[in-house]
Amino acid sequence: MDKFTTLTGIAAPMPLVNIDTDMIIPKQFLKTIHRSGLGKNLFDEMRYFPDGTENPDFVLNKPAWRDSQIIVAGDNFGCGSSREHAPWALLDYGIRAVISTSFADIFYNNCFKNGILPIVLPAEAVEALMKDAENGANARLTVDLESQTVTGADGTAYHFDIDPHRKHCLLNGLDDIGLTMEKAPAIEAYETRIAQSQPWV
Amino acid sequence: MTGTPTQSGPRTLYDKIFDAHVVDRQPDGTCLLYIDRHLVHEVTSPQAFEGLRMTGRKVRAPEKTIAVPDHNVPTTADRVDGIENPEGRAQVAELDKNAREFGVNYYPMNDIRQGIVHIVGPEQGWTLPGMTVVCGDSHTATHGAFGALAHGIGTSEVEHVLATQTLIQKKSKNMKVEITGRLRPGVTAKDITLAVIGKTGTAGGTGHVIEYCGEAIRELSMEGRMTVCNMAIEGGARAGLIAPDEKTFEYVKGRPHAPKGAAWEAALSWWKTLFSDEGAHWDKVVTIRGEDIEPVVTWGTSPEDVLPIGGTVPAPEDFEGGKVEAARRSLDYMGLTPGMKLTDIKVDAVFIGSCTNGRIEDLRAAAGVLRGKHLAPGVRGMVVPGSGLVRMQAEEEGLDRVFIDAGFDWRLAGCSMCLGMNPDQLAPGERCAATSNRNFEGRMGRGGRTHLMSPVMAAAAGIAGHLVDVREVLAEAPATA
Ligand code: SF4
Repeated sequence: MDKFTTLTGIAAPMPLVNIDTDMIIPKQFLKTIHRSGLGKNLFDEMRYFPDGTENPDFVLNKPAWRDSQIIVAGDNFGCGSSREHAPWALLDYGIRAVISTSFADIFYNNCFKNGILPIVLPAEAVEALMKDAENGANARLTVDLESQTVTGADGTAYHFDIDPHRKHCLLNGLDDIGLTMEKAPAIEAYETRIAQSQPWV
Repeated sequence: MTGTPTQSGPRTLYDKIFDAHVVDRQPDGTCLLYIDRHLVHEVTSPQAFEGLRMTGRKVRAPEKTIAVPDHNVPTTADRVDGIENPEGRAQVAELDKNAREFGVNYYPMNDIRQGIVHIVGPEQGWTLPGMTVVCGDSHTATHGAFGALAHGIGTSEVEHVLATQTLIQKKSKNMKVEITGRLRPGVTAKDITLAVIGKTGTAGGTGHVIEYCGEAIRELSMEGRMTVCNMAIEGGARAGLIAPDEKTFEYVKGRPHAPKGAAWEAALSWWKTLFSDEGAHWDKVVTIRGEDIEPVVTWGTSPEDVLPIGGTVPAPEDFEGGKVEAARRSLDYMGLTPGMKLTDIKVDAVFIGSCTNGRIEDLRAAAGVLRGKHLAPGVRGMVVPGSGLVRMQAEEEGLDRVFIDAGFDWRLAGCSMCLGMNPDQLAPGERCAATSNRNFEGRMGRGGRTHLMSPVMAAAAGIAGHLVDVREVLAEAPATA
């Protein structure tokens, strides 16, 4: 998993509330054998017309937001199913942080497993950042995980809360596997012992 | 701390295996458990391997990792020419690539040793007593028949095991299921395991590891024991276990990956300590008299919807709470009327196979009932051996002829109709006597209706054209079941 320290980037405004995982990645894309490659189908049904052409009204199709790395969204982002394909699709598109007043539980957890930072802020802060986001490339946002702040285009910094353990994992790029790998000496010791006592294993 | 038992005093078999595999223990009881065997199939592994690739990690112990495609391989002879379905083909090709790139043990689709992962493991001697065995598949419980701690895991955990050869685990509770006495003729391991679920419900084992014991379990062959442990998961348990004994050692001896020579002797002396101590603590105990178990079938869409074949279809009002509505929905889906005799339920299809009942003894038993008989008019039958080697053995014994003469399709090895991921599926409304393990809505094909039962009961239903007590069929013309 990639580390998350600081990020300065374009934010896409998506004021819609209750953006669910079906919108993020519709079910017909779950048969894939990949975790990557889902980015092109991120928000598929909002992003493309049925004939496959781009809907020019959708925010990520507009020139100013094509390179977005942050989404500022309405309440309750990521509700619906538990599909880990949702964060996989966001990540593959290049989104590393989502800012909202609230997130669905499972989606929130899944983000951390995939190096995405979901940021919960009060309604006024989200509103102000949404305004910044509407200015596209002219109003980049800066997220600093260490100091737990999001800084808007005018220099106003908003502080957010995060569980210390999750912060530690994200700052150091540690997923469960990364954490277990820190215990490699213990695993090695176990393997050495077993090679002696149970060589058939 | 490494590997130290948490408990002094008498321990269960589960306690012993768990303790022996602890690499690290946190104060809150979370353990890092070493995994001895990791089985991998094509559906739940692609993203896990891709995760390794993206992070530049390797498979920590490729020699302890075994891959085989089974879920969506076709079972028709033309599969040697490749898989037609593009998604199935891509998943199998991906496993092929991953297995070779990461250097794990691999049985490709057209290898004679290919088969359902839970049949291949024991057959090749990968599964041994006292081991921890995991797979991204819930029926990993099967391997518990050897006195191995075996259970299913999710895709993120598959990646975790690939990378670290360990799993983060907390200890489950201990449950004892004792089957006393002896089974009556016509009653099989499948009837035992279904009867247990019928008694405890699909959540009866939740949070527990079950150890099956008692005379009737001891009397079972290794294959029968695998059938029993296979369905521990349908009873809600993470894993099922049976203490290893002489039968276990006999079965394991000489398998390609079983220990040999001095290692065999050393293994044997450890394996013989693998039993639950007198006075060990059980959180839950269930006892069933072997003599009381009848040939059973399922009538609904949950594996707990089990009744002796002599019974009648229940009414929703026979149940309580949320089950009333569930039963109503089941009856509607299954197209059954309360009060009708189970033996009046007509079948359109018979499926013999799956990791529950796709081994050689299952095929022998079914063939024993079918010899010299034919499927009833309008009934289609499919036999899918659990592995290429099971298929070969059956052909050597002439069982394929018995099935073909009886009107069955004789297939190549795979999961097949058990989950209908390949083209082997039930049509909407089609009713099947099946030896597999799940009767969920749509499991074997959209709208398909599944009645779970033993291989002999499924064979008998095929001949009669309706659900029937195999003992009556056998009484008419005795055959060697
Ligand atoms: S045979 Fe059925 S239950 Fe067994 S592994 Fe295959 S799909 Fe799963």
